[in-house]
Amino acid sequence: MKGRDLGELAIRNLREALLRNSLTTLGIAVGVASLVAMVSLGVGLQDLATDRLARSGLFDAIFVTPRSAAANFRGGQGPLFAPPEPPKPLDEDARQKMLALPNVVEVYPDIRFPIEIHFNGNPFATMAAGVAPSARKDGAFDGMKGSFFSGPGTDEAILQIDLARQLSNQPDSLIGQNVVLRYAERQPLPADGSSASDGFSIVPKEKSLRIVGIVETEPAGGVGSLGRGRLLIPLQLAQTLRTAQANDLRDLLRDNPNQHSYESLTVRVNDPPKVKDVEDAIKQMGFTAFSLIDASKSLSLVFTVFDLFLGIFGSLALIVASLGIVNTLVMAILERRREIGILKALGASDRDVRRLFFVEAGAMGLLGGFLGLFIGRLIGLAINFGTNVYLKGRNLPAISVTAVHWWMAALAILFSILISLAAGIYPASRAAGLDPVEALRYE
Amino acid sequence: MTTGNSIAIRTDRVSRHYHMGDALVRAVDGVSLEIRAGEFIALLGSSGSGKSTLLNLMAGLDRPSSGAIFAHERNLADMTPEDLARHRSHTVGIVFQAFNLLPRMTLEENVELPLRLAEVDREERTARVREAIERVHLTARLSHRPSELSGGEQQRTAFARALVNRPSILLADEPTGNLDSATGDQIMQLLREINQTLGMTIVMVTHERPRAERFAHRLILMGDGKVISDGVPA
Repeated sequence: MKGRDLGELAIRNLREALLRNSLTTLGIAVGVASLVAMVSLGVGLQDLATDRLARSGLFDAIFVTPRSAAANFRGGQGPLFAPPEPPKPLDEDARQKMLALPNVVEVYPDIRFPIEIHFNGNPFATMAAGVAPSARKDGAFDGMKGSFFSGPGTDEAILQIDLARQLSNQPDSLIGQNVVLRYAERQPLPADGSSASDGFSIVPKEKSLRIVGIVETEPAGGVGSLGRGRLLIPLQLAQTLRTAQANDLRDLLRDNPNQHSYESLTVRVNDPPKVKDVEDAIKQMGFTAFSLIDASKSLSLVFTVFDLFLGIFGSLALIVASLGIVNTLVMAILERRREIGILKALGASDRDVRRLFFVEAGAMGLLGGFLGLFIGRLIGLAINFGTNVYLKGRNLPAISVTAVHWWMAALAILFSILISLAAGIYPASRAAGLDPVEALRYE
Repeated sequence: MTTGNSIAIRTDRVSRHYHMGDALVRAVDGVSLEIRAGEFIALLGSSGSGKSTLLNLMAGLDRPSSGAIFAHERNLADMTPEDLARHRSHTVGIVFQAFNLLPRMTLEENVELPLRLAEVDREERTARVREAIERVHLTARLSHRPSELSGGEQQRTAFARALVNRPSILLADEPTGNLDSATGDQIMQLLREINQTLGMTIVMVTHERPRAERFAHRLILMGDGKVISDGVPA
């Protein structure tokens, strides 16, 4: 029998015992829903954990510094001391080369400098730090008051809450106000032909910035820049200010002191597992590179086991539901005994009868799978809702603890069909094996 | 369709024995027959004489315990279950005493069922269903379900279903058994018409001797699983 005819006959048969088949399908749907809800909880928690880790900026960042002379020491092989090689400067050229490496999304300098803030006529000494645009996605800026910088190089500042409290009793009222920043600028000396003109001078400067936000926690800026600053400005602005940096003294000793170099660079990679390759490439370029081992790997192992157990518990309901299919189809054989005999008398082969029962089981599995996916997602959304109501009560930001990925949806439906077909094996074989003469005699 | 003097069905010492408790029942016991293409045969005998069992063997619904049974020189005893299904689908058409229509399907759908099983193209089906229904004069009842049809109409539907795949042999098991005498005669008239216009070989099981004598070419009387007599009606 052709597939379409088989399908039409199967649907006709399913519609015939509508109540019983609907209940059986609902049983499968409940089984699939339990599986989907369980696994979506596991996957949701895993997503949440890996997302938080990724957003911490700890596992997708490489901290790069110039190689010091001591790093050229080679023990064991060759001469005890390698011929002295000048350490490569960590300058704009090196930065662009790193940016060109595969999987690198961002390379930014760690700019931190001492400042004095003038607000309402009072001076406050603190540290300022440049913040890369990618930090917007950083967990530290979740739930901030006000907003993130409106552009990459705007004259705006975000205050850390402790500093804001120092400036005002009502920190929230600071948003929108201007603050004057006093900092040390590095200026090249005028060229007069003397060797002294290779140097630079450091002069005080002032800049007025508008406060756009207040952040609770101090954002971590990657591996090397923990504890950055309490006044945050856009990184591009920090670069244009040409503030005096700790490595200016080192620049002074180089052949061309006015060619600016960075004290350190942070390289962001698009995927934590790629960090190792990028780190090796940077070391090959002649710099010291450092990163934290990707913690998400061990985390994903833990979650795989967790998901497996959730999946097993979720599947139990589906397996119970599959017994419902066996029962329904065995009952159908009894009821349709004569009909099977007629089909055989009219030329149906054992294979046709077997396939007919299989299609009926598969159709219940398919329908139950879709329905179960829908119910399972509803349960997941209910869990999310409940969790967020609880979190809101504790003044915590909303999160999503359940997630249904497309592959999960596809697997759930496939699993539902496979379980249903497996449940159909026995009834289908029994129906196919019926003796037509006996079946036709059946009243 | 095979006509003329070729052999449609031949049985060679065919037997069908089965156990009922400790007793061995010889339902068909060493029957040898030749049925020529285009013949209209009536298998007569009392209940338990083995006539229906012999018909089931010819239909390929049952397998012989010993001996051989040939349909167009192909031995059904050697066929695989798939081949037997093909034999039931293409070579024979079967009609039962109890009509055996599927109650949920309309007349038209019942008649179409063998075409579905034989994987006939959809475009061709409609024409063949109409042709079969016209042959049994039921065109006005296409969308009726069996419960909405009279006994005679149901049996005529069963005939249309048996004919739709254009088999060469029509096997009818007590086709008038559930019908009143007038309707029974109409059905017998239909059988004769099919035999004469289509040249189809007909083997009909019946216990109504007078009717068999009126319509069949040849009467085979069975008793205790054996052929007692075989000849033309008086």
